[in-house]
Amino acid sequence: MSAIWIAVLGASFTAFLNKYIGHSVPEKWLNRPSFMRINALVPIVLLSALVGVQTFANKKDLVIDQRAAGVLVALVALKFKAPFPVVVISAAITSAAIYNWF
Amino acid sequence: MGAGGSAVSAIATATLLGFRNALYGLQMAPILKVKGLKRILAAQITIDESTAVATLQENDADRRRGFYVTGIGVFVFWNLFTFLGALGASAIGDPAVWGLDAAVPAAFCGLIWPRLKNKTHFIVSAVAIAWALLLTPITPAGIPIITTVLLAVIFGLKK
Repeated sequence: MSAIWIAVLGASFTAFLNKYIGHSVPEKWLNRPSFMRINALVPIVLLSALVGVQTFANKKDLVIDQRAAGVLVALVALKFKAPFPVVVISAAITSAAIYNWF
Repeated sequence: MGAGGSAVSAIATATLLGFRNALYGLQMAPILKVKGLKRILAAQITIDESTAVATLQENDADRRRGFYVTGIGVFVFWNLFTFLGALGASAIGDPAVWGLDAAVPAAFCGLIWPRLKNKTHFIVSAVAIAWALLLTPITPAGIPIITTVLLAVIFGLKK
C-alpha cells in the first residue's frame, strides 16, 4: 500500500472517530450553563475563522485577491437580506470576473 | 502530501482539521438522540454545513430535519464532485475561474450572519477572524481554526 493510501485511509478513520466521539459524550456533562454558552459561540468562532482563512490565506501567506472582493459582495448581499443562493452566486460571479479579466 | 509532507503528518493535520466536527457532534447529539447504527450515520454527516443549518432552526424537529437534509446533501454532492474531479480535474481546471474560491467563504458568511444577534457575537466573530489570520503564517494548517475554540471558551465564561 502506498503512502498516499495510508494517509487517505488513516485520515478517514480519525475524521470519523472525531465525529463519533463528539456524538458519544454523555449528555449530563453538557447541561451546564457555562458550557451551553460556550457551545453557542463555537459555530461562530469556527465558521468565522474558516471564512477568514478561505478568503485571505494562500497556503501560509496572507493575500488580498479576487476572493476578498467576492466575500465583500456576499456581505453586502446579506446586509440587504438577499436569499442564500443570491449571496453565494453574487460572490462567485464577482470573484470570477476579477480573476478572469484582471 | 502534495506539499511534500509524510503520511503521518497528513493524518495529523486532517485529524486536527476534523476536530471541530467532534464539537459539532457535542451540539447535535442532545438534539438527535440516536444510538447504534443511526449514531454512526449521524456522525458521518456531522460537518460545518449540517450543524450550522440545524442550529439555526427554531425547534428540535426542524433542527433534526435541517441536519439530515443538509448532511446527506453535502455527503452526496461532496463525493460526487470529488469523483468527477478525480476523473477529469483538468476539464474544470482552476476553481478560481468559476469563482468557486469565493463561493465557499461566501456560503459560510451566509451561515454565520443569522447567528450574529448582538454586539458580543460580532466582536467574537471579528476576533476569531483576526486570530486565525494571525496564526496562519506561523502555525501548521488546522491550528489557526481549531484554536479559536479558546476564544469561545473565554467569551463564554466571561458573561
